[in-house]
Amino acid sequence: MGFIDRTARSFLLSELLTGLGITLRYFFKPKATINYPYEKSPLSPRFRGEHALRRYANGEERCIACKLCEATCPAEAITIESESRNDGSRRTTRYDIDMTKCIYCGLCQEACPVDAIVQGPNYEFATETREELMYNKQKLLSNGDQWESALALRLEQDAPYR
Amino acid sequence: MSSEVLKKELATKTEELNAQVKQNISQVLSGDSHTLNFGPQHPSAHGVLRVVMELEGEVIKRATPHIGLLHRGTEKLLEHKAYHKGLPYFDRLDYASPMSEEHAYVLATEKLLRVDVPDRAKWIRVLFAEITRILNHLLNVTAMGLDCGAMTPALWAYEERERLMEFYEGVSGARFHANYFRHGGVAKDLPAGMEDKIGKWVQHFPKIVDDIEGLLTNNRIWKQRTVGIGVCTTEEALSWGFSGPCLRASGVPWDLRRSQPYDNYNKVEFQVPVARQGDSYDRYLIRIIEMRESAKIIEQCLNKMQPGAIKVENEKISPPKRKDMKHSMEALINHFKLYSGGFHVPAGTTYTAVESPKGEFGVYLVADGGTKPYRCKIRPTGFSHLQALGELSHRHMLADMVAIIGSMDLVFGEVDR
Repeated sequence: MGFIDRTARSFLLSELLTGLGITLRYFFKPKATINYPYEKSPLSPRFRGEHALRRYANGEERCIACKLCEATCPAEAITIESESRNDGSRRTTRYDIDMTKCIYCGLCQEACPVDAIVQGPNYEFATETREELMYNKQKLLSNGDQWESALALRLEQDAPYR
Repeated sequence: MSSEVLKKELATKTEELNAQVKQNISQVLSGDSHTLNFGPQHPSAHGVLRVVMELEGEVIKRATPHIGLLHRGTEKLLEHKAYHKGLPYFDRLDYASPMSEEHAYVLATEKLLRVDVPDRAKWIRVLFAEITRILNHLLNVTAMGLDCGAMTPALWAYEERERLMEFYEGVSGARFHANYFRHGGVAKDLPAGMEDKIGKWVQHFPKIVDDIEGLLTNNRIWKQRTVGIGVCTTEEALSWGFSGPCLRASGVPWDLRRSQPYDNYNKVEFQVPVARQGDSYDRYLIRIIEMRESAKIIEQCLNKMQPGAIKVENEKISPPKRKDMKHSMEALINHFKLYSGGFHVPAGTTYTAVESPKGEFGVYLVADGGTKPYRCKIRPTGFSHLQALGELSHRHMLADMVAIIGSMDLVFGEVDR
């Protein structure tokens, strides 16, 4: 009996037809793809994208040049130099991130005691040259200014878990 | 001379010449073995594998894998990095199953630190280790299909992988290189709603496996490409040092989750599938069944998980909460010490292995009491599978090579380290 069953199935191409049936079913299912760049999939507040240096509401930089991010960076992508200002506060004179070295592990933002360096929701920062990926303080601060509303919202949403 | 003699001479000359030509031809034919490079840029070489194959027509006489094209010196790098800084490098070893690799390093360090991880952290780790297993098997099974000419399953599997990577991204912030498991727990708790999302997904996932199986398991073309290809007997599998699905396909019921359970694997129920033939088809079947079992484990994790701490309370090992860090001096000091220097691990050695989706992934850690490992030897899974490539592909056709490589689940980040 088993033999007849097997032979019949084999001659009737049963398993091939089943497969075709399954693909046909998928044909009528809603599409899984999205129309990037016009549509984008949602990101969680924890997403680790492009870096940014944030400021306080009064415009003062948050970074206090404690160099904890520099110390904890596994890829040694961060370089910081600092100086005391006339008002006695310590601020960075140089804050560079080599984005080609960075491995986006998120340890810098975890280490930062004042939430100055953060990894934002932006993942579209591809460049045409390698030089453009050597971020300096100016670039990072302008990132912060540009994304501040999104960054603040993300930090607020994720605050209970941190 | 008469024409007759001339004719005779001519005939003998032609005969001689003919014989010589024949001999030449037969020499060429018998020497028709050529050497062919498979990879390192071949799409079905699963990364940067280079196999130098000696062929006889289309039959493989000898196949020698050449490795090292993706060597990045991870083991040496780890000796120069504090324990918490070395963790992201484990994601990048086997990039198809990142969290399982982290798991091995984290468990090894915890064994030397002698800390007990909170229950919820253990459940989260088991949950994500199993998600990683499905992530890996989906990729492997369907990529193997792709190599053998079945394109559709890969498209469906990528849809599911996208969902799983959303879970990855939701908890850790990265779709692949998660850096989520930490020494003494996990980085952050699951965000609100994540358990429901995973629960919903795991309900519908078995149907996707059914569909993939519907296209492959009984398909005659698939069977012709995989049944009896790359047969590995039990003895061979054991002597080559196989582990994971490759070993179980050869008939050895060995699973580290069962034989030496770590974290909360002793509290979940699951079956360990075992096959007999040890060919490519069996290895495929084992992975399919394992995916279904993983889905069951995920369900149990979600049911048994209780709210609670997700990392050890000891601030010398795991960073304090940010709220505490901003208000308490002691917490701030601990925070600074942790992120600038790292924590000290008492002197000792350990070999800790986990059942990664590919098999036994081990970390041999030697600590000298400092903040960095003295030595960290990684036992990659794919390395021992790759050794057997020459043996398994012997006297097979050239086209079978891709089926064998696909079924062995090789990832070169891990083999080359």
